[in-house]
Amino acid sequence: MSSTEIGSFGVEVERAETEARLGPSRPQPEPKWSNLHAPDARLACADAVVVRPGARELRLFVANPNALAGLLILAAVIVAALVAPVLFPGDPLAMTGQPLQWPGQSAGYPLGTDQLGRNVLAGIFHGARVSLVVGLVATALGLAIGVLVGAIAGYFGGWIDTLLVRVIEIFQTLPSFVLLVVLVFIAQPSAPTITLGIAIISWPQVARLTRAEFRAIREKDYVMAARSLGFGSARIIFGEILPNALPPLIVTSSVMVATAILMESALSFMGLGDPNVVSWGSMIGAGREVIRSAWYLTALPGLAIVLIVLSLNLIGDGLNDALNPRFAEDRR
Amino acid sequence: MSRLLVVEGLSVRIGAAEPVKALSFSVGAGETVAIVGESGSGKSLTALALMALLPRHAQAKGSIRLGGRELLSLEERAMREVRGREVAMIFQEPMTSLNPVVSVGRQIVEALQTHEHLSRRAVRARAIELLDLVRIPDPRRRAADFPHQLSGGMRQRVMIAMAVACRPKLLIADEPTTALDVTIQAQVLDLLDTLRRELGMSLLLITHDLGVVAQWADKVVVMYAGRKVEQALPDALFGAPLHPYTRGLLSASPRLKAGYTYRDGPLNEIPGSIVSAKGEKGCPFRPRCAVARPSCAGFEPELLPFAPDRLVACAFPPTFVGGEIVAPLGL
Amino acid sequence: MAAAQRIGRTLLRTALHAAPTVLGIVILNFFLLKLAPGDAADAIAAQDGSATAETMASLRHTWGLDNPTLVQLVTYLDNLAHFSLGTSPHWGVPVIDLIAQRLPGTLILMAVSLGIAIVIGLALGAVMANFAGRLPDRLISVVSLLFYSVPGFWIGLMLIVLFSVTLGWLPTGGAGAIGSRLTGLAAIVDKARYMILPATSLALFYVAIYARLTRASMLEVQSQDFVRTARAKGVSPLAVTVRHVLRNALIPITTLAGMHVGAMLGGAVVVETVYNWPGLGRLAFEAVMGRDSNVLLGILLFSSLLVIFANALVDLLHAWLDPRIGAHA
Repeated sequence: MSSTEIGSFGVEVERAETEARLGPSRPQPEPKWSNLHAPDARLACADAVVVRPGARELRLFVANPNALAGLLILAAVIVAALVAPVLFPGDPLAMTGQPLQWPGQSAGYPLGTDQLGRNVLAGIFHGARVSLVVGLVATALGLAIGVLVGAIAGYFGGWIDTLLVRVIEIFQTLPSFVLLVVLVFIAQPSAPTITLGIAIISWPQVARLTRAEFRAIREKDYVMAARSLGFGSARIIFGEILPNALPPLIVTSSVMVATAILMESALSFMGLGDPNVVSWGSMIGAGREVIRSAWYLTALPGLAIVLIVLSLNLIGDGLNDALNPRFAEDRR
Repeated sequence: MSRLLVVEGLSVRIGAAEPVKALSFSVGAGETVAIVGESGSGKSLTALALMALLPRHAQAKGSIRLGGRELLSLEERAMREVRGREVAMIFQEPMTSLNPVVSVGRQIVEALQTHEHLSRRAVRARAIELLDLVRIPDPRRRAADFPHQLSGGMRQRVMIAMAVACRPKLLIADEPTTALDVTIQAQVLDLLDTLRRELGMSLLLITHDLGVVAQWADKVVVMYAGRKVEQALPDALFGAPLHPYTRGLLSASPRLKAGYTYRDGPLNEIPGSIVSAKGEKGCPFRPRCAVARPSCAGFEPELLPFAPDRLVACAFPPTFVGGEIVAPLGL
Repeated sequence: MAAAQRIGRTLLRTALHAAPTVLGIVILNFFLLKLAPGDAADAIAAQDGSATAETMASLRHTWGLDNPTLVQLVTYLDNLAHFSLGTSPHWGVPVIDLIAQRLPGTLILMAVSLGIAIVIGLALGAVMANFAGRLPDRLISVVSLLFYSVPGFWIGLMLIVLFSVTLGWLPTGGAGAIGSRLTGLAAIVDKARYMILPATSLALFYVAIYARLTRASMLEVQSQDFVRTARAKGVSPLAVTVRHVLRNALIPITTLAGMHVGAMLGGAVVVETVYNWPGLGRLAFEAVMGRDSNVLLGILLFSSLLVIFANALVDLLHAWLDPRIGAHA
């Protein structure tokens, strides 16, 4: 029992004794009338309320100019990724042009060529495919694992919870990127191993978040109601609790995709990327050799990375403002 | 009795709303004045306006004169000198009103160091004296405690100690006992009254608790929807309430009727709640008034004196109260 | 309750809590080591150019690599207890020596980066909180989001292009000119010249995080009742901000700083590679290039321990800053 609980228990006893002696006191005013710092009314009724993201949140999101900008940029990148094989058929690693042409120097190569004569613009378009695929798949995997682990830990509690929390802690103590390097190193670099590796380093954060949400929602009235109706655990987890735990997960997922793209590009830069695929990170890594004379080779792919990650972060911010109204008010 | 605080025509505007409208009252030296009203009546905003602690988007107009000095025209720097030294305030929630990571002794010391220039040792000694003054046992040891280590009543005493540290002439207490339990309430109010007498302070008590008013106030101001609707001495107010709102308040309070228990019958309620303080014509209480007449919607009633120190803002107060004819002075 | 008592209690609690985690990490590390392609015998064989099957078998036997896994685990733990992480096939020296050699470089880099990130982040966050909702707030918010979206290695390269290649103000890499004999202030200034770009590259990502956290934290604290009480006492705005607002707002910031140690180590890998900075990060890169699993996994283990140590420090700092912690054991 915390000290506040003990305090109010004492109050109850005193009030009962006073009433017994003097008769009932006047009705106490409701807390929501307290003058300037009214407690959050939403919190007070929160036990009964079901919160699911819906049309209102969508409207809030769309009304946010930053989020819209992010969405537009992301859409542009997705389109680029989709049309890459159409616009630039053939292998982007093929050495087709004169090496080390600057952007704008030659008509067929609007962004120039690298030291092996490869088309930079083609590389950027194709690189979008890698970034997006790795980012999205790794995030999806990480979410799946993390939600499962977090839900089980948060819902069942007890020794399962203690054990899983330990496992999460172990993964969170190991420095993420170093672990990723180790995993890819062991499993030999390729797109699938990189994707799996990123999923493995990102699930703990999701699990932690999910567990916290589940622990909070587990005590709510509508969950108790479901249990008293005899619903099985799986049904309650997936039917009652998970839909209400979604908002922070949705916000986290966009940040996770951004992080995954950053990690993949860092790996490729270091030479641990998929050797058969053009990735923005590998372009930067290759361009490092001629950085003094041809710095556009490092600048351009990097700008592409910044754009896509920025767009995802803007979207994440927008989602946060739409789904967490309390924080949005601070921003106003 | 000289008047320490004179408030005239105070209005507070927040956006389009006017939560305090043309409020006038005064507090004499060494007097306890109670401002009574329900939540939303504007009493807390009045207190904040006196301290110039209104939120950024609120504006105050009118006149607030403390000891002859106009406070509303002071710029922030000068006002900071006034706060804590000439007028001090204690708040409703002692738990959240104290800095959780600083010891209570240090917070009192801060109050002292802001206005007085004493040596560190003198200030520390004074802080312990103050803790003793507000009757905290073992003050020397308690000074090193943090707020979460003290009970609610003790925290409120610490707040009082901080407030009276520099011997202000006026102490504003905004609902000082609402967050405390019943037996502690009496102790804190008793302490406030004792300090008032010992330190020669005036006390402005803001409360919605009529029992507090009956016991401790020298003068009562009743507020409704940002306006003063009645003012009287406590005996007169409770014996013969004239404004319909006051009458409603009193009949809703069983404690004041001797021997009345809940078994005697249901409490009278005042139906409805305060409508928003936005440009409504006519008497603000009309929607909830039991004796309202159609003409009440046409104009806002003036505050009329019914006796020295007896003001009522109602167009149709009762003419017979307690067997006597009641009428405004001058009629 | 005296600060020392609270801190002591927290320390004990942290140590007890961390022990199983450390064990788990060590065991995980061992299994990763086992999974790594090739073992020490393969590495030696590769270096020598060739080896017969019998030589490799006898080498493995000598090093106990053909023992059952559990025995190997015990040997590994035993080695660890004697502060040995094995030998590096690539460099031919004990792994722990390599790590000890490179550790100071990384520590200095991370400390300076963290310092830069916190100082700038705090300042930006305070400005944002002060102008909340108005133009400076929105502007800084977008700029900090930009910082947050930039890959560390890329900004490192771009800074080199700007400051070293184009402007020639700062060196392109390394930690100091070879053979320089500077002492005293000149030595520090010289070191600073080499450190400023890598530290900034590493710090940029975190500036955004601290700025936003400071902003949120300050806004939250500013609206608290005790700030109003302080103002009612007539305390000056500066004193209110420093003594009341910041003092409380710093608490979540220190928590975050602790959590960033692990992530910063990861960032250090690429930044040190870009700048040829002699530290654990570049060592990891070189280990990858040299197919040296011993060193790589040694770094993984060591950096995990570093993270645990940093977290313990943060817990202590917390216990000191916030008297509510450690009071109820």
